[in-house]
Amino acid sequence: MIGLLSTVFAATTMSFLSVASHRVAAPARGDLMTAVRVLVGTRKGAFVLTSDAKRKEWEVDGPHFAGWEVYHVNGSPVDPSRLYASQSTGWFGQLIQRSDDGGKTWSPVDNHFEYDGVPGTHQWYDGTPHPWEFARVWHLEPSLTDPDTVYAGVEDAAMFRTVDGGQSWHELSGLREHGTGSSWQPGAGGMCLHTIVQDPSAPGRLYAAISAAGVFRSDDEGQSWRPVNHGLKSEGIPDSDAEVGHCVHRIALHPDRPETLFMQKHWDVMRTDDAAESWREISGNLPTDFGFVVDIHAHEPDTVYVVPITSDSQHFPYEGKLQVFRSRTGGDEWEALTEGLPQRDCYVNVLRDAMAVDSVDECGVYFGTTGGQVYASADSGDSWEPIVRDLPAVLSVEVQTLA
Amino acid sequence: MIRVVLPAHLRNLAQVTGEVSLEVDGEPTQSSVLDALEARYPVLCGTIRDRASQRRRAFVRFFACEQDLSHEPPDAPLPAAVAQGSEPFLIVGAMAGG
Repeated sequence: MIGLLSTVFAATTMSFLSVASHRVAAPARGDLMTAVRVLVGTRKGAFVLTSDAKRKEWEVDGPHFAGWEVYHVNGSPVDPSRLYASQSTGWFGQLIQRSDDGGKTWSPVDNHFEYDGVPGTHQWYDGTPHPWEFARVWHLEPSLTDPDTVYAGVEDAAMFRTVDGGQSWHELSGLREHGTGSSWQPGAGGMCLHTIVQDPSAPGRLYAAISAAGVFRSDDEGQSWRPVNHGLKSEGIPDSDAEVGHCVHRIALHPDRPETLFMQKHWDVMRTDDAAESWREISGNLPTDFGFVVDIHAHEPDTVYVVPITSDSQHFPYEGKLQVFRSRTGGDEWEALTEGLPQRDCYVNVLRDAMAVDSVDECGVYFGTTGGQVYASADSGDSWEPIVRDLPAVLSVEVQTLA
Repeated sequence: MIRVVLPAHLRNLAQVTGEVSLEVDGEPTQSSVLDALEARYPVLCGTIRDRASQRRRAFVRFFACEQDLSHEPPDAPLPAAVAQGSEPFLIVGAMAGG
């Protein structure tokens, strides 16, 4: 392909010999070659932050794709030098960029996302039928087994897949066409497919989450889908426990216990232990259970993180205090993590794709804010420090653990 | 030879500096100029015109000879000064974008 858009930055001095995939393999204790690479998408470009396993000193590369919105940057678990980025603007639409060298250089790949057939209508903000229109790619989820296969979650909600490293994209239209699509409606951010989760223990099992429709599961590599929202209750829809219509903000799965998923819904933090056949609320003692992110400790499947946000009408931390809440009991009982985070006058948001964990022995936790800070904890959340504090608004954070 | 001026983001994508010069067969129109542009720089496919409908993206404007040609039919002939290469065809990001 022609064209390397981004500036080529000075190569880091580290040489990554082999790479452990996200959350899967922990490096040997004390391995000084272990490093982490944090991939940050922002309103005005992408940034790549690298550190050794101590996670105290960071190199900052960027902006890549300066001036463009980068909704997501993500790496292949099987070939972490292979990165994919979603680059867009209102002016010029969508591009997908690919890097084969860990984010130093990038090349544009195919940007043609065409819905299968005549895509029909969904609900518009005013409740009227509205034709499906492609707006942007929110989320890129590389396959757990093949670096050339990537799932893309797009707005208006649909899932696409490439099996040739981004040279062509094809809709997995069984999701959009499974039967409830005409009743899906946009959340405040648009009608987006924002979360894609693969079950490493059950090849072919995929989850997708759509605002505002809910969670959907496929057991055949995305060919056929069904809604899996039993137990969710939402105000703002005519039938509070309807099959679809729920504004799910994020779901997370731990590879060691893949039947369990955690969810941050518009309101309510939820959990399932039967592969999303049924959900129960685990908000417990959270000060507010509105929020966007949810993630799970790399080595403790019952340790869960959320960032409570005041409410649907006040998208900033509760009482102006930026607090991560951690449950060590798989929900219901939560503790506030505040060390190193601003505890007054903080009115940023933490968006749904903006939290990640590394798989270093002492799990690192990362999140980005709409105020441009990327906070990191190298001790499972006990204490936090900003890696950077003045980036454009952060849309997404991923981390790769490199060994 | 048709002269085309791209906005900065698209110059970066196409890896060009300054104007682009294109050979277009026959009487040049918006469509034929954009076809030639996309053929030379495939990375620009979808960035100026919607890939499916081939319609101008909402936040892109076409100017030439101090005129806004954005709402001209895509197959209408471009002004003679553009066809002769004395004036460039300007592709502009709308003021409301960004």
